[in-house]
Amino acid sequence: MSESHPKPSLAALFMGFFTIGVCGFGGVLPWARRMVVEQRRWMTAGEFTDLLGLCQFLPGGNIINLSIAVGARFGGAAGSVATFAGLMAAPMAIVLALGVFYDRYGDLPMVRHGFAGLAATASALVLATALKIAAPLRARPVGMVIAVATFVAIALLRWPLAPVLLAAAALSMALAWRVRA
Amino acid sequence: MTGAAVLGSLAMIFAQLSLLAFGGGNTVLPEMQRQVVQVHPWMTASEFASLFALAQAAPGPNMLVATLVGWRVAGLGGALVATLSLCAPSSLLTFGTAHLWYRFRNAPWRALVQRGLVPVTAGLIMASAALLTESTTTNWRTAVLTGVATAVFLFTRMHPLIMLAAGAALGVLGVLS
Repeated sequence: MSESHPKPSLAALFMGFFTIGVCGFGGVLPWARRMVVEQRRWMTAGEFTDLLGLCQFLPGGNIINLSIAVGARFGGAAGSVATFAGLMAAPMAIVLALGVFYDRYGDLPMVRHGFAGLAATASALVLATALKIAAPLRARPVGMVIAVATFVAIALLRWPLAPVLLAAAALSMALAWRVRA
Repeated sequence: MTGAAVLGSLAMIFAQLSLLAFGGGNTVLPEMQRQVVQVHPWMTASEFASLFALAQAAPGPNMLVATLVGWRVAGLGGALVATLSLCAPSSLLTFGTAHLWYRFRNAPWRALVQRGLVPVTAGLIMASAALLTESTTTNWRTAVLTGVATAVFLFTRMHPLIMLAAGAALGVLGVLS
C-alpha cells in the first residue's frame, strides 16, 4: 500500500465506480484500470494488478470483486458498499429499462427480428471469449482433456455444476502439481 | 409457488451460483439456465438467451443477466434478490480475503491453483457458448451471423457494442429471417 496517494472519500469511491459502470460497455476491466490507476491514482499499476489477481482467482464477477476490494482498502465495509452501489446502480437501471422495452414491444416482428440478431451476436461474444481462453491449452494436452471433459459434462450431459466443478478442479490441480513435481 | 417462496428459491439459486462462479459470470450460465429452464420451469431456453443478449447490450458487469432473470421471474423484487444473491457471497469472500492475498503473493500454490483452474474455466465458458448458440441459432442465417461475429471478435479490435448493434440492425432489416 502506498502512503503517497490521498485516501478517497466514500463519495469519491461511489462516483469513481459509477463512472466505470456507465462506461463499461462490453468489458469493464479496462475502464476500471484507467480510473483507478491512471485518472484518480488511487493505486499503482502493480498494486492494481495484484488485487486483480485475487479478484480473478475468487469466484464471482471479477469487476464486482474488484469494486469490493478497492472499497475495502480505502473505506472498510462502508467503502465496499459505496463502490458496489456505484458500480451497479446505473447498469441495473439501464438493463431493467431494456427489459421493460423488450416486454412491451418484444412481440412486434421488427423488434423480434432485431433481438434475434442481437442474441446471435451476443452468443458470438461468449464463443470468442471461450476460444481465447482455450487457445493456450493447445500446448497443454492434459489441460485440453480436462476442458473437453468439463464441456461434455455441462453442455451435453447437463450435469449439475457443483460436483462437476469440484471434481474437475481437484483433478486439474492435482495434475498441475504432478507436472511441476 | 407464493411470492415469498419464489424469492426464496431465487436467492438460493443465485447465492449458490455466486460461489461456483470461478472464472467470472459466464462460467455459471449453463447452471443458471438449467435451474430456471429445467429445474424450475420459469422460462424457455430461447427466452433465457434473449435475456442474456439484453444484458450484453447494457453497460456494466456481465452478471447483469441475473437482474433480468430475477425480474422476469418475480418483478423488481426478483431483480434485486437475484442480483444481490449472485453478488453477496463472492463479495463477502473477497472482503474477507483481500488482506491475506497480499501476504501470499509469492506463494507457489497461488500460481499452481490458477494454472489448474484454466482448463476448467475454458470448458465451462465453452459450454456456455454452446448452449447460448444452440438457442440463438434459429436458421442458417443466424448461424452465419454468429460465425462471422465470432471471427470479428477474435481477429479485429472492433468495439463489441458496434458488432452487437450491427447484429441487431441486420435483424431489424429482415436479413436474418
